Amino acid sequence: MTSHDHSDSHPPRQPFWQRYIFSTDHKVIGVQYALTSMVFMFAGFMLMVLMRWQLAYPGTPLPFIGHLLTSEARFSPPGVMLPEFYNSLGAMHGTVMIFLGVVPFAVGAFANYLVPLQIGAPDMAFPRLNMASYWVYFLGGVIFLGSFFLPDGAARAGWTSYPPLSIIETPGQTFWLAGMFMVIVSSLLGSVNILVTIIQLRAPGLTFMRLPFFVWGQFITAFLLLLAFPPLQAAAVMQLMDRLLHTSFFIPSGLYINSAPLEVSGGGSVLLYQHLFWFLAHPEVYVLILPAMGIVAEIVANNTRKPLWGYRSMVYSAIFLGFMSFVVWAHHMYLTGMGTTISTFFQTTTMIISVPSIVILTALVISLWGGSIRFNTPMLFALAFLPMFAIGGLTGLPLGLAAADIHLHDTYYVIGHFHYVVAPGTIFALFAGVYFWFPKVTGRQMNELLGKIHFWPSLLFMNGIFFPMLIQGLHGVNRRLYDGGAFYANNQEVLFLNKAMTHSAFALAVVQLPFIFNLFWSIWFGKKVGDNPWDATTIEWSAPSPPVGHGNFVTTPVAHRGPYEYSVAGAARDFTPQFEPERV
Amino acid sequence: MDIPYTVKPRPDTGLYNGKLGMWLFLASEVMLFGGMFSAYVFLRTGAPDWPRGADVLNVPLATLNTVLLITSSMTMVMSWLALKLNDFGRFRRFIGFTILLGIGFLAIKSYEYYDKIQHDHLPSTSVFYAIYFALTGLHIAHLVGGVLVCTWHALFGKKLWLAQPERFTNRIEVTGLYWHFVDLVWIVMFPTLYLT
Repeated sequence: MTSHDHSDSHPPRQPFWQRYIFSTDHKVIGVQYALTSMVFMFAGFMLMVLMRWQLAYPGTPLPFIGHLLTSEARFSPPGVMLPEFYNSLGAMHGTVMIFLGVVPFAVGAFANYLVPLQIGAPDMAFPRLNMASYWVYFLGGVIFLGSFFLPDGAARAGWTSYPPLSIIETPGQTFWLAGMFMVIVSSLLGSVNILVTIIQLRAPGLTFMRLPFFVWGQFITAFLLLLAFPPLQAAAVMQLMDRLLHTSFFIPSGLYINSAPLEVSGGGSVLLYQHLFWFLAHPEVYVLILPAMGIVAEIVANNTRKPLWGYRSMVYSAIFLGFMSFVVWAHHMYLTGMGTTISTFFQTTTMIISVPSIVILTALVISLWGGSIRFNTPMLFALAFLPMFAIGGLTGLPLGLAAADIHLHDTYYVIGHFHYVVAPGTIFALFAGVYFWFPKVTGRQMNELLGKIHFWPSLLFMNGIFFPMLIQGLHGVNRRLYDGGAFYANNQEVLFLNKAMTHSAFALAVVQLPFIFNLFWSIWFGKKVGDNPWDATTIEWSAPSPPVGHGNFVTTPVAHRGPYEYSVAGAARDFTPQFEPERV
Repeated sequence: MDIPYTVKPRPDTGLYNGKLGMWLFLASEVMLFGGMFSAYVFLRTGAPDWPRGADVLNVPLATLNTVLLITSSMTMVMSWLALKLNDFGRFRRFIGFTILLGIGFLAIKSYEYYDKIQHDHLPSTSVFYAIYFALTGLHIAHLVGGVLVCTWHALFGKKLWLAQPERFTNRIEVTGLYWHFVDLVWIVMFPTLYLT
């Protein structure tokens, strides 16, 4: 990268803290989001590894580190975790993975870095707001993780924080609410920014139907974040009032705790909280999935050397998915006693929302047909996303039926289902994206051999963790048992799977080491590549690698055609980039 | 590097970035207040008895407050118009009125709160008072934010006005959008809490 001279107020060299810490450049903020969220994701994964030990070997001290763990509030005797600590690990695993890991990675990092580049913009619409949203997110993460060091530990009322448990819980829950408040503010600022950027800063000629599918995915995602999060914020304010001002929004009349009546006015409703929570948390599922679908669409089109099959139907499906995601939330509440009429309504909408996801997935699978596929590391992860997400999606259908849910709810089947969507689904897509766009960020390619060493065992161990959960769940093993079901008379015949899952989880942690090594090693020693190493067609590949410090492009790009003009008949090469003018 | 359409509207959308950003932010605000209003409906329909607002809350004061806020929205528009007419002094006068009317609303509201607390009508007294304090408290927080931003423009706006008059006028327009929204929330909140 040359020190490009621009006619603005910035001096050519800024001090370190301004260039890399408090930067307003969307690329730096994107990388900050990526690194921070990866650290959080690894921390969230480690919480789970601790839990998995307890599930497979209940009552046994943790290996290697057990003798160091002497806190009496959490371990007894040294190294054996108490149920309370197990509960806070569970609550915080979900919270950290979703709100600090996957969403900030998929949206904060990928949208921030790539949306301006793919639409040919010099930066996000509001650069300072962008910096603010990162730092508010960071502060939220510090509050969440810091709450582990409170005397009574972190929140332990589940990632859903259902009242009344969450209201009578220890102070960790107040920190949870404060952290959640920060994360919501951050994602609100971020989503406004992404939406304005996409609507206002598209390059000349880049109409909405010429946008790469990745941008469409982020566009719908940003709308979901913008409109679904505020009701949870309202719920968080009310829960905070219940905890601190002793109101009774979520506490019904005549509630007894430990055979003593709770000294509050009562008159509230626990279902109210659940409605407000799931009004966010169901669209949140599509926040997790749409960016992943976008990444996979880009990589599939590029590596099959073919246009996406059914681009328009994919776009319309994504829009429909966005609308429908606001009217399915109560399928998380079939067994709460809200009534069968309401259940029937939400069962119907739930069956309808499966259609657009299947349209998008089918379009991606058909896109493979007849392509001369390049099996590089990003493509392997993208290809693995398709069946993994399909397992996750299809196992969700029985859960969407109120009758089947009577048997399946609160079992490991549910855990297996949504982890298939998010872990080997979304997280594989995120890995694919990291390998695919790494050359744009650094000008160097990640090592292919290490990439494959990362991919194949990850695929194996992901399934080793989550497939047994489906089996246990169908047998009826409850998801909330602290000992994995050991002291529970039922289902002893499927409990041997606990050990298989735990060993897979440990192995999964180990096979992430090649990825971490590859990521840092390739920054300095990776193979140097040009601006467009994958022979891709979208606008970000017209920028230098890495893109110019402020402004991204050397000259303002113009879009001349759709995003996926691969293998055009009569063209000199098998790709015709969006940004290249028509040759006469 | 210049980000396009920060001041001039983009031809095909007809909006400059800040205005679109504010509209989107207000959409999320609708969902925030909407979430709390639906909590009100949910709690009220599930309650065995619910006090009539007019019996327990001070309707004359709230009516006066409604008048104050609607007037403040008018002065807010007048201050923007003054900038359009290139008259900064007039802008300062009108935004000053807006700030005073906002503070007047807050003063009356604090008296109402004080009165409630004097009579031991606290958020913990009943679900009615809980949702009353939550809704009005959220609204007050928004109004305080609006007053602070207007005061900032009135005190420190001159420099930007002299350097980039169009940009400053846009800022006042966007601040106005927010102000009118906060006004509108009160217009929905007043009949919901006080009159039914």
